[in-house]
Amino acid sequence: MHTFILERPRDLAAALAFHAQAGRNDAPAEYIAGGTDMVQLLQEHVRRPERLVSLAGLLDGHIEAGPQGLRLGAAATMADVAVHPAVVEQFPVISEALLNSASPQVRNQATMGGNLLQRTRCPYFRDVGYAACNKRSPGSGCSAIDGENRWHAVVGTSDDCIAANPSDLAVALVALEAGVELRGAGGQRFVPLIDFHRLPGNTPHIESVLEPGEVIAAITVPASSTARRSHYLKVRDRASFEFAVVSAAVALDMDGGRIRAARVALGGVGTKPWRVPKVEAALAGGSLDPAVLRRAAALAAEGAQGRGHNDFKIELMQRAIVRAIETAGARA
Amino acid sequence: MAKLHISTTINGEPIEFLCDPPQTMLEVLRDQLGLTGSKEGCGSGDCGACSITVDGRLVCSCLMLAAEAEGHRLETIEGMARGDQLHPLQKKFVELAALQCGICTPGFLVASKALLDRNPNPTETEVRYWLAGNLCRCTGYDKIIRAVMEVAADMRETAR
Ligand SMILES: Cc1cc2nc3c(=O)[nH]c(=O)nc-3n(C[C@H](O)[C@H](O)[C@H](O)COP(=O)(O)OP(=O)(O)OC[C@H]3O[C@@H](n4cnc5c(N)ncnc54)[C@H](O)[C@@H]3O)c2cc1C
Ligand code: SF4
Ligand code: FES
Ligand code: FES
Repeated sequence: MHTFILERPRDLAAALAFHAQAGRNDAPAEYIAGGTDMVQLLQEHVRRPERLVSLAGLLDGHIEAGPQGLRLGAAATMADVAVHPAVVEQFPVISEALLNSASPQVRNQATMGGNLLQRTRCPYFRDVGYAACNKRSPGSGCSAIDGENRWHAVVGTSDDCIAANPSDLAVALVALEAGVELRGAGGQRFVPLIDFHRLPGNTPHIESVLEPGEVIAAITVPASSTARRSHYLKVRDRASFEFAVVSAAVALDMDGGRIRAARVALGGVGTKPWRVPKVEAALAGGSLDPAVLRRAAALAAEGAQGRGHNDFKIELMQRAIVRAIETAGARA
Repeated sequence: MAKLHISTTINGEPIEFLCDPPQTMLEVLRDQLGLTGSKEGCGSGDCGACSITVDGRLVCSCLMLAAEAEGHRLETIEGMARGDQLHPLQKKFVELAALQCGICTPGFLVASKALLDRNPNPTETEVRYWLAGNLCRCTGYDKIIRAVMEVAADMRETAR
């Protein structure tokens, strides 16, 4: 494993002072929370920080639900959030996304903050044997664009990087218009989750809007008319313990058989968690008739670009939207 | 580089050890503390052969930095039998031949015990999903699932 200095600060203020930064391969200091992604990246020499700052015991892990909505402390584990009664009843899409992620062991270790900042599963990024990877080594090129790109993104891509964001949780959260509370040495700020991850553009090595030192302190999910009737559909190569090939998070506000409002986001296809507002607008006021749903879902493909092995995702994501809405719509 | 001094509890006993920052809990258990029951199948969270519990929660010790054990209570496969007295899960795995090469077995036992500790009456589907993080390339899983279901039934019977 890569050698580093491990800091175990006494409190959060001391931790923030190290200016650690997640989601950037050139940051000299980085945080570690549950460790489920970080330890692997260190082991494989993908991340080589000088300093690792442990967040163990420093961040809030509470899960609170109230009339305003849901607040998930950054240290809450995937396992605890997934089975929390308020999450299961009022925000089922979050619980479903989590229960369909990883394994019981990993869900027990992994935290909310770490989940949102986990790195891509692009095999070239994770294997330092491939020299070309702009996300790992800025300016080195991209091995995936003309390589094995079955797992890669079809929306939000650039000529420098086509890596898919792997988080299932983040897809459910952007559908519910969640936000993140950030804490830094300079104080606190709030960022809508949809603006938290950055598109790759020509700087794919910078993955989020986090400034040096900043941490995610909590995730907030506003109460809404759609959250209760929500669903996460994950299409993958085997039935459990696998990342998404394509996924769809949907939340519906129904008026009898008519859709009053819909929220739709996609996973496995975007370089960041991908909300599709045009699909949402087309669904509003319509019925659950499969042909109607299909026409709305087709709008998700606007601007999508396959790179060969992943062309199938463009069709698959439209079908996933239709299926997920049918499932959510059939719920009481 | 200075070693880190860590105080923890393993299988009920207070333990202190020195480690380097990059060492995982699995490495320290196996190479330093002589607790070689936990296995390294993958080192990346995929196989579950390194499963232990930390404060009662089932985790992969290969994804945990050893330094993060400070102040926590760990249980490994070595803590499962009471002296010569095997845990009912261990007996049942032997009885039903729920193992062949045995590499995955400590992980399956620790994971199964963690399940039954929290849910004494699991359905077969629940057992299969709970054990999804443990891979076995020998048995085909059926005997393992059957062993866990039978032990759950036996333990409910005894508890009555
Ligand atoms: C075998 C396996 C299977 C998996 N399958 C899935 C899956 O199907 N779906 C899925 O969504 N995920 C999956 N994952 C990924 C898993 O969800 C992440 O590894 C986990 O959520 C990361 O959380 P952590 O607390 O362990 O983060 P760490 O590994 O500790 O950290 C990850 C990153 O987040 C940063 N960080 C952590 N917390 C904060 C914070 N509060 N503020 C700022 N930065 C922070 C760290 O600096 C680091 O860059 C899988 C992982 C494994 C090992
Ligand atoms: S897709 Fe992105 S992460 Fe993958 S090789 Fe190309 S630059 Fe690297
Ligand atoms: S060795 Fe830890 S999961 Fe395989
Ligand atoms: S018995 Fe050989 S891997 Fe399970």
